[in-house]
Amino acid sequence: MSATPIIKISNLHVHHGERTLLNRINLEIPRNKITVILGPSGCGKTTLLKSLNRLTDLHKELKLQGKIFIDGEDILQVKEDLTRVRQKMGLLSQRPFPLPMSIYKNVAFGLKINGVKDKALVEETVTRHLREVGLWDEVKDRLHAPAARLSIGQQQRLCLARGLAVGPEIILADEPTSALDPVSSRKIEQKFLELKEHYTVIVVTHILRQAKRLADHVIFMYFGEVIEQGPPEQLFESPRTDILKEYLQVGH
Amino acid sequence: MMNRETQKKIEEQCFRWLMRLAVLVILAVIVLVLTVVVLKGGRAMSWQMITRVPQGGFYLGGEGGILNAIIGSLYVAGGAVLLAILIGLPLVLGMHVSWTRNTRLVTFLRFLLDTLWGIPSIVYGAFGFALMTFFQWRASLLAAIVTVALLIVPIISRGLDEVLRGVPEGLLEAAHALGATKTEIAYRVFFRQALPGFITAVLLAFGRAIGDTASVLFTAGYTDNLPHALSDPAATLPLAIFFQLSSPIASVQERAYAATLILTGLIVLISLITRISSRRLKENIL
Repeated sequence: MSATPIIKISNLHVHHGERTLLNRINLEIPRNKITVILGPSGCGKTTLLKSLNRLTDLHKELKLQGKIFIDGEDILQVKEDLTRVRQKMGLLSQRPFPLPMSIYKNVAFGLKINGVKDKALVEETVTRHLREVGLWDEVKDRLHAPAARLSIGQQQRLCLARGLAVGPEIILADEPTSALDPVSSRKIEQKFLELKEHYTVIVVTHILRQAKRLADHVIFMYFGEVIEQGPPEQLFESPRTDILKEYLQVGH
Repeated sequence: MMNRETQKKIEEQCFRWLMRLAVLVILAVIVLVLTVVVLKGGRAMSWQMITRVPQGGFYLGGEGGILNAIIGSLYVAGGAVLLAILIGLPLVLGMHVSWTRNTRLVTFLRFLLDTLWGIPSIVYGAFGFALMTFFQWRASLLAAIVTVALLIVPIISRGLDEVLRGVPEGLLEAAHALGATKTEIAYRVFFRQALPGFITAVLLAFGRAIGDTASVLFTAGYTDNLPHALSDPAATLPLAIFFQLSSPIASVQERAYAATLILTGLIVLISLITRISSRRLKENIL
């Protein structure tokens, strides 16, 4: 890995009661690249992603051990200012969840809770991020219409813009295209390829072809463990483990 | 033997007619009730019915109206709804925020509320009466408000409970991921998402409160005057109907139908408000 990694996880364990969801996770995620976390359903990909921005805190029964360094800071040690940690990352979930307000207010929400009052600045930021996700031309005439009226693909791009407006360094995407049609999926993928110039993108997926299209770095997980990680050529062309070989053959 | 094709067709036809019949029955009931109320009530309806309290000899066919009952009903229902929200809201928020891990407690509370919902209102009336005698209150606005509030707490609570159960977890996660604090999420996201459902629950409870007779029979008292304090007795529309309809005098009986017309009008108005307000508020939610 050339530059210093933006995220470094060492010895992360996540337990849910007696069950172990994540076991001995050690990995590094490169800055300004697309890292794809690949693996079959239920292997702990989502849990890993949610550990990164401490959404795991919402489920009190989850117990986390280990260290997650983001920009050199162990975020599992952060006691008070979780907001700051979470705003380093924008989240895209499997299904878009626009907030119950207008298109404009959805994007402005992050600024509002950060206390930005300057109307011109808010407007400029909202416009910029709607353009950035390629939604501006589709919504510029109905910015104050409810976000729920957009198509699901548009909603997902709106959620991306909403996340970007907070000014994150990292974009976390949890199977972001699983609810979308092929055209909308491609749009999202295209955005990721553009965004990696300025952001670190982490995409969770179980779609092998999507992983091949996007990845600069691949982490393959199976039953709560990281089996292999490295550049895509290495993992896809010459897998070292039987589990990955089989997964690549079956294709999902 | 009939082939399967024909058999299916007959089955399909039977159910289609069954459904049509059911729709017809419902329509007939609504149309008949409204016709009777409007025809009979319309005859005795007059401006003075809704603007004046009963004058001397009202119950023998004399002058006056039932303003006392209209105002009394609005006071009782309004007060009861406020009180029920005060009890129900913390309860439901507790079920969804504080005690989420204690699923047993939450399930038990839900069961309890469902049971309370099913208890007939005369039982609440009797309970309110016992409460009243224990505290040595008179039959009064306060006693009626407390009794009716108990009657509608389950309606408001379970209504709100179902609404909050429907708030998707992903929405809360999304808000958390944006770095919103718990308070910001509660007010700007959670409450907003739940508001249309909450209003529906409140108006449903209001409708029940204004129309219920048995719970106020022993607790509200009945008076020809407007209530001016919580300790004053209060007339209510259902009781106004009940008393006037029991009269042997035809013109008084007719006025009972004017009271039914007013009560029905109020309920229809509430339903309309519910419909319109929740439709406008629902625009923004998923």
